[in-house]
Amino acid sequence: MNHQTPSLSAALNPADTDDTAERRALLVEIDASCRRPLLFLFSNSLLWLMAGTLLALLASYKMHAPEFLADWSWLTFGRVRPAHLNTMVYGFASQAGIGVAIWLLCRLGRVPFMQGGLVMVATVFWNLGVTIGTIGILAGDSTSIEWLEFPKYATPIIFISYALIAIWAVITFRYRREKHLYVSQWYLLAALFWFPGLYAVANIMLVVHPMGGTVGAAVNWWYAHNVLGLWFTPIGLAAIYYFIPKVIGRPIHSYSLSVLGFWSLALFYNWAGVHHLIGGPMPAWLLTVGIVASVMMIIPVVTVAINQHLTMVGHFRQLKYSPTLRFMVFGAMSYTVVSLQGSSMAIRSLNEVTHFTHYTIAHAHMGVYAFFTMVLFGSIYYIMPRLTLREWPSATLIHIHFWAAAVGILLYVVPLSVGGVLQGLALNKPDIPFLKVVELTKPYLIMRTFSGIVLTVGHTAFAINFIWLLATRARPYQPPVSFIQAGLATDRPSGPLTLAP
Amino acid sequence: MKSPMNYGPAIFAGAFLTLASSWCGLILAPYLQYGRLSEVHIEQTDRNYPEAAFGSAARGREIYRANGCIYCHSQQVRPEGFGDDIERGWGKRRSVSRDYIHDKPVFLGTMRTGPDLANIGLRQTSIEWHLTHLYNPQITSAGSIMPPFRFLFEVRKIGQAPSSDALQLASKFAPKAGYQVVASQDAKDLVAYLLSLHADASLPEAPVSP
Repeated sequence: MNHQTPSLSAALNPADTDDTAERRALLVEIDASCRRPLLFLFSNSLLWLMAGTLLALLASYKMHAPEFLADWSWLTFGRVRPAHLNTMVYGFASQAGIGVAIWLLCRLGRVPFMQGGLVMVATVFWNLGVTIGTIGILAGDSTSIEWLEFPKYATPIIFISYALIAIWAVITFRYRREKHLYVSQWYLLAALFWFPGLYAVANIMLVVHPMGGTVGAAVNWWYAHNVLGLWFTPIGLAAIYYFIPKVIGRPIHSYSLSVLGFWSLALFYNWAGVHHLIGGPMPAWLLTVGIVASVMMIIPVVTVAINQHLTMVGHFRQLKYSPTLRFMVFGAMSYTVVSLQGSSMAIRSLNEVTHFTHYTIAHAHMGVYAFFTMVLFGSIYYIMPRLTLREWPSATLIHIHFWAAAVGILLYVVPLSVGGVLQGLALNKPDIPFLKVVELTKPYLIMRTFSGIVLTVGHTAFAINFIWLLATRARPYQPPVSFIQAGLATDRPSGPLTLAP
Repeated sequence: MKSPMNYGPAIFAGAFLTLASSWCGLILAPYLQYGRLSEVHIEQTDRNYPEAAFGSAARGREIYRANGCIYCHSQQVRPEGFGDDIERGWGKRRSVSRDYIHDKPVFLGTMRTGPDLANIGLRQTSIEWHLTHLYNPQITSAGSIMPPFRFLFEVRKIGQAPSSDALQLASKFAPKAGYQVVASQDAKDLVAYLLSLHADASLPEAPVSP
């Protein structure tokens, strides 16, 4: 195959593969180079997913049962909650995201990963940093700066480990054999730079040398919103842009739309974070900038939505067969919904009600879970068999995982959003006593715990399947996993679902 | 033809410029505009406002931070016409940046699972009330979902006579006979901090209407 001049349509379509022996050999070599570092990243992220889930259940339960485990300072609500957020953000989502990013960069660049051993060492330190940070929060050393609660003795470890991993991802990218850049690579390159930029600046300004006054709050929300917008979102979109065309076997809808979507996201998402401070003690112009940017986000979101959903149109039947596709499409649809919702929440009249309420919490979980985490699950379902050269042991467990995650997050988001709006409306009626407002939210908080149990079932199914997969010995050939085993030969599109590329 | 979208450094440059521009706009510009606000002299009280927390209140701020009070309590009064914070009695005027110049980090908060605390020092002035509330919120605010902070208190055997610091608890909430509940220094510091929270000075940018 000629690596130098792929046709535009070939470059746009990761599924457009000529199955030559040379190409297969290259892909096997790439996957082999990713095998150890990525298995290590994914295994660690799974451990944090389970730890974060436990902390989430605890925090959620404590919120309507305040007497539960109340005698230990390290398990008080105000410590368990940030411990949950930070283990999920830095332990699970970032770590799994880095793994997915590395694999996509290698596959799309047609180049084996370099220095996998070094990256494994860096991963050890990353996990050490997250462990120390989490223990620090539970021990009472939290900074109480949202999304940056890890104490200052943990964050430099995380930053340095990240730098080591990202440097090798970028060097690998430099040595790519495929010179044409696919949409996913733009997002990944930008994200690889954005995260350390944000993390370093925010840590220096808030954690290492804390800055006083409300400018500190601007730094806080510039950072926290951008972790979602400029770190999770680009990795998530990169994965969606790669996997949906790959699995269904057709190119993305439009090249120019993807260019517009990328640059408008880069331009507007940056500026949106201060919408978390609407109504706060900040200059009006600053908050207005945040509102304008949030509304402008409609451009990249609608662009990406048209591009991704029009790629899918006519191929929804394949959702029946591909686990990856199911998670991806769920994530892509959630991205559209949660982003448009986010834009609306910046509008003053809506913000007046929803700010300071559980509505915001529901929205945040829609973004980090219904969009990003679902995309991560979908990616891992695709990547793992290629790393281990064996198929997922149980399709049933994947079924359970998908439905528990999908139903669980809807049970989380919908009732809590309703409860949040009711809470906001009541808070803005001064004749309703505050404790009455608290009373009103209780049923929704109990429902949240219930949804947490459903999500836990899904995560447990995933963990069992993952460990089972690692424990199975490779066999020369196994049929690909599918939700429908019968009729595979005729219904399944050739190529994308099978073990080889 | 080589499109810039095929050129890695172009993507990097774009990523750098977009992030740097928002940093300049959202952080540097506000800092230059009002990052160095200072205290003002208030004539009525003949004191400067705001005063930095010191001693017990400063230590109490650390207890507030360590236990994540911000996840349920904001410290900001929204302006008139935006929400009903003032009507709810949470402050006499909106909060402004000057109120926070000594706060490192600032505890504005984003959640009101519990009430706003910007002026809690004016609303609940009793040390005893605060200690009792922290020990068991159900005593002062039945139906509250705030966790009890019993770990900030000691249940001590009564010696010769009850300690003067002991909480006065109704029998329903009291420890078993012969024991008393005494606040730790941390609990007293936290209450000192809460009592220090008041944003009521009439400022040029936010006058208190008489």
